[in-house]
Amino acid sequence: MKSLLTLEELYVLCGVFVLYAAVRIALDVHHPRRWGSAAFWAMLGVLFVGGKHLPPFVAGCAVIVLALLVTARQVARPAMLAGGRESRVAEAQRLGNRLFWPALLVPAIAIIGSSCLGRIHVGGMVLADPKQVTVLSLGLAAIVATMVGRWLIRADYGTPARDGARLLEAVGWAVILPQLLAALGGIFQHAGVGGAVAEIAGKILPTQYAFVAVVAYCLGMALFTICMGNAFAAFAVITGGIGLPLIVQQHHGNPAIMAAIGMLSGYCGTLVTPMAANFNIVPVMLLELLDKNAVIKAQAPIAAVLLAGNIAVMYLCVYRF
Amino acid sequence: MHGYLELIGIAVMAVGFAVRANPLLVVLIAGFATGLVSGMPPAAIVAEFGTLFVENRYMTLAVILMLPLIGMLERHGLQERAEQLIARQRAATAGRVLLLYSVVRQIAISLGIKVGDHAATVRPLVVPMAEAAAKRQLGAGTNAGDDRPLPDELSRSIRAHAAAADNVGNFFGEDIFIAMGAVLLMNGFFQSVGMTVSLWALAWWGIPTAVMAFLLMAWRARALDRHIAAHVVPVRRTDVPVSSR
Repeated sequence: MKSLLTLEELYVLCGVFVLYAAVRIALDVHHPRRWGSAAFWAMLGVLFVGGKHLPPFVAGCAVIVLALLVTARQVARPAMLAGGRESRVAEAQRLGNRLFWPALLVPAIAIIGSSCLGRIHVGGMVLADPKQVTVLSLGLAAIVATMVGRWLIRADYGTPARDGARLLEAVGWAVILPQLLAALGGIFQHAGVGGAVAEIAGKILPTQYAFVAVVAYCLGMALFTICMGNAFAAFAVITGGIGLPLIVQQHHGNPAIMAAIGMLSGYCGTLVTPMAANFNIVPVMLLELLDKNAVIKAQAPIAAVLLAGNIAVMYLCVYRF
Repeated sequence: MHGYLELIGIAVMAVGFAVRANPLLVVLIAGFATGLVSGMPPAAIVAEFGTLFVENRYMTLAVILMLPLIGMLERHGLQERAEQLIARQRAATAGRVLLLYSVVRQIAISLGIKVGDHAATVRPLVVPMAEAAAKRQLGAGTNAGDDRPLPDELSRSIRAHAAAADNVGNFFGEDIFIAMGAVLLMNGFFQSVGMTVSLWALAWWGIPTAVMAFLLMAWRARALDRHIAAHVVPVRRTDVPVSSR
């Protein structure tokens, strides 16, 4: 059955917004990396708008250029803040808790949308493809909440676009990292990396025991995250290599439970690694602590107990639900 | 079986992250190395990256579509409002200040709202509040009053725990919101290997760990308060340092 709404329309909208951000940068003569940053966001915008119609090789080249622009430090953010602090404090006084409503509206609309949109039929067509309905509802929820929020706080029409573009630059290139890591996961899958890791794990560990598989996966996530400083990167490797083949395929565990708790086991690793400098080393300097590992030491007991708790919860739930 | 040559991608990533190379570049090189050793021609690897990147656009989609809303709310004082709410609480002890901040941060991010970070909130707001509470705690036990400065060791301990409160709240609330990178990454990973896993299930199963993280933060906050209380009894300020944990 054909569906009326697909993600493609939202991709185009999102791409147009990213292109708008690129144009704003290109017009900003004070931007520290004007052309590199504009090129980065423009190419990402094109990938969003035209992704489906671009030949894969061309899209791949664009992705490589994105990474090279970032590596060559050509993508930077301008030092601009949203208005003065005083005006924001005054606005916070004026609007009070009304400021939180639009943000709360997003999950509410997303939940309603994902349970309804896939079931509504309009003239022989389903309103939204049931397979994409969650992300679709989420995107629509963000748009509706933006419109309601703009009305609620009496902002002018340009504010969401302008401040969204500012925030996009503030988030920066890291916004495409998950997408790229998922692509890497696909390539690993092609090459059979998962199988090789599973084989090694099977040689050293008695993985015929379901409990051992859970321990190997959670510890693997934590240790890999400690080495890489990044739980997202560890996820593709360890889930493809240990989680999927051992917990899901061999022992028939629930993939959602495995992945959710596995990722959070990775975060336990993030709590104790100096490689995650943003979280563990930058605050040491910011808070003028003498011991470089002070934050890690404060977090280590939490990380250790939480990892053990994760293993227990995963073992108790993953084979049961 | 090819032997274990396919694992080269993992080695590339470990080395790449260790030398602090840009993550995007590390991921690309790891993909190329893996593809090449498994016999894919370079052009096919480029095309594969292109196809998979375009297929996974939906991961970034939800994150980007949230930005206009959050950007607008921030201009109109979202962060400042959250700060006002936190500052209005007169929590009695340093540990409770940190626990309150951690749980606000956790709940906010589980709804997709980022309330501050180390630079925006912890240093200017949370640390002064916690230190003021600790001074009250110390003052309450003696007649010395509130103007006495905190012992350095204690002040540093409070600041380290404040940074931890931010990280713990941030990390273990994030996976409950389906528009966050982590949940979408997991979903995208499953799609790339041909499986369908619901976003809601992924987010739902983040809750047990979030609850455990909160309880552990509460335990650490109590430990901090006991550590502060141990400073009340000694007579001199320049006393023997109480064993730090």
